[in-house]
Amino acid sequence: MFVTAAYRRQVLPGFGLSLGCTLVYLSLLILLPLSGLAFKASNLTLGEFWAIASGERAMASYRVTFGASVLAATINAVFGLIVAWVLVRYSFPGKRAIDALVDLPFALPTAVAGITLATLYAGNGWIGKHLEPWGIKVAFTPVGIVVALTFIGLPFVVRTLQPVIEDIEPEVEEAAASLGASRLQTFTRVLLPGIFPALLTGFTLAFSRSIGEYGSVIFIAGNMPLISEITPLLIISKLEQYDVIGATALAVVMLLISFVLLLSVNALQWWAANRHSGHGGRGAGRGA
Amino acid sequence: MMSAPALRRANTEPRWLRSLLLGLGLGFLFFFLALPLLAVFVEALAAGWPAYRDALSDGETRSAILLTVFVALFVLPFNVVVGVAAAWAIAKFDFRGKSLLITLIDLPFAVSPVVVGLVFLLIFGAQGLFGGWLAAHDVKVVFALPGIVIVTMFITFPFVARELIPLMQAQGKDEEEAAISLGATGWQMFRRVTLPNIRWGLLYGVILANARAMGEFGAVSVVSGHIRGETNTLPLHVEILYNEYNAVGAFASASVLALLALVTLVAKAVVEWHMRRETRMLAAELPPEKAGVVP
Repeated sequence: MFVTAAYRRQVLPGFGLSLGCTLVYLSLLILLPLSGLAFKASNLTLGEFWAIASGERAMASYRVTFGASVLAATINAVFGLIVAWVLVRYSFPGKRAIDALVDLPFALPTAVAGITLATLYAGNGWIGKHLEPWGIKVAFTPVGIVVALTFIGLPFVVRTLQPVIEDIEPEVEEAAASLGASRLQTFTRVLLPGIFPALLTGFTLAFSRSIGEYGSVIFIAGNMPLISEITPLLIISKLEQYDVIGATALAVVMLLISFVLLLSVNALQWWAANRHSGHGGRGAGRGA
Repeated sequence: MMSAPALRRANTEPRWLRSLLLGLGLGFLFFFLALPLLAVFVEALAAGWPAYRDALSDGETRSAILLTVFVALFVLPFNVVVGVAAAWAIAKFDFRGKSLLITLIDLPFAVSPVVVGLVFLLIFGAQGLFGGWLAAHDVKVVFALPGIVIVTMFITFPFVARELIPLMQAQGKDEEEAAISLGATGWQMFRRVTLPNIRWGLLYGVILANARAMGEFGAVSVVSGHIRGETNTLPLHVEILYNEYNAVGAFASASVLALLALVTLVAKAVVEWHMRRETRMLAAELPPEKAGVVP
């Protein structure tokens, strides 16, 4: 065993070179710069840091950022599930083009999305002018932020769910149906538990993208302090007032949140993969 | 036991529900994707073709387009080389800390673009870590081209590696080991075996990285300084024109980026088609038990 392992390791060349290359690049470009942020923040005492991070305007910006991101990710979870289901299970004309279009938010620069959504939802825009008579204002309000973040997060849920729905074996549903389950029961008790980890992963991915989003939001948000100002924008406005320390403290808060979300996504994917491959056959029949 | 048709009926939603789901799903996509995409072009052409042409032949717009293309062309080779190296180390060898390394590669996706910009401002800015040294040697990084290039490298780092790691893991190392044991040099093995195997995945990663490199806004916005005709990338140019209430100019520039997005989507679909075809061909070549078909 050991001989084989050692021998195999030696067969392919380039391990040291490729790993070394990766580590050097990663350290110089990503790890060292990010630790520079922590270094700068360490000039602050904990009390000073806390005073900035929990200031009134900062707290309001967290509320706006998190609230809008949760709402947008929830909308995406619901509609993303429907879209993924429709794209995998039903056939209709133009399906391949529509499927390709789902990735538009990945491909369209955020600034373009921002000015376009702001124009569409403004009081005289294509969509805004139909909402205004009902007293619904979207552009330049927190609702606009939700719209922009829904656009940005849309592909995450759909693309995470599609392969999982494709992988569902028809036998599972047939078994449920032949045992007398209604379609709704089959879905909620057999199919949903199987795709739930993927749904949660997609939700978390969309959410963590939304937290940091800047370009698409600032055009439609109105950017009023305490009401529709997101945390990334607050960082920018602190920078514009040469308050580098204030911007750094908020950036550290955002970076910590990003780390937590990245780890949650990894944990969720691990959970989804393990459920998928193994024990208990994709969670089928465990929902009851 | 149920009859086959009854079972099939039980296995799909009733017709009314199917129509409802189809309507909801496609309606959602129409309002959130198709309509904005259409609006970009309608707004760009709102004042007619001549105005659109004038907006695009404006000197500052031209230089913004050139800068954006230059930055992408400069950054992509780094992404390719390091992406392939990272995927090679991770997919073909076992070592401690591998999953940590994979997580670190994903890190740029998790960090807010604004924070990325700020990080490099803190290092290379006037009051930054190297600010004094850079000023003494008359090197400009922040509010200049190097700053834009560096943040773009940061933002686009994961794309190629992420695409290649699962692909190369799935392909295993038998073919490369065979090449080496038949006397190929490392470079020959890479060029004749590895590269042909990963070319579509590599192209896929490059397409995604390119779209992001050309479209990045937040991070570039922090470090660029918005100097017109000099450090203004196309997405930043869109913002400036929009804030000056020059809607036609802003949407004309935006339409160039939207065209880029459409090209990206088509290229992606083509590459995906090739990748699926190769997977199918590979599955057909393998003996049934290896291809996962129960004999």
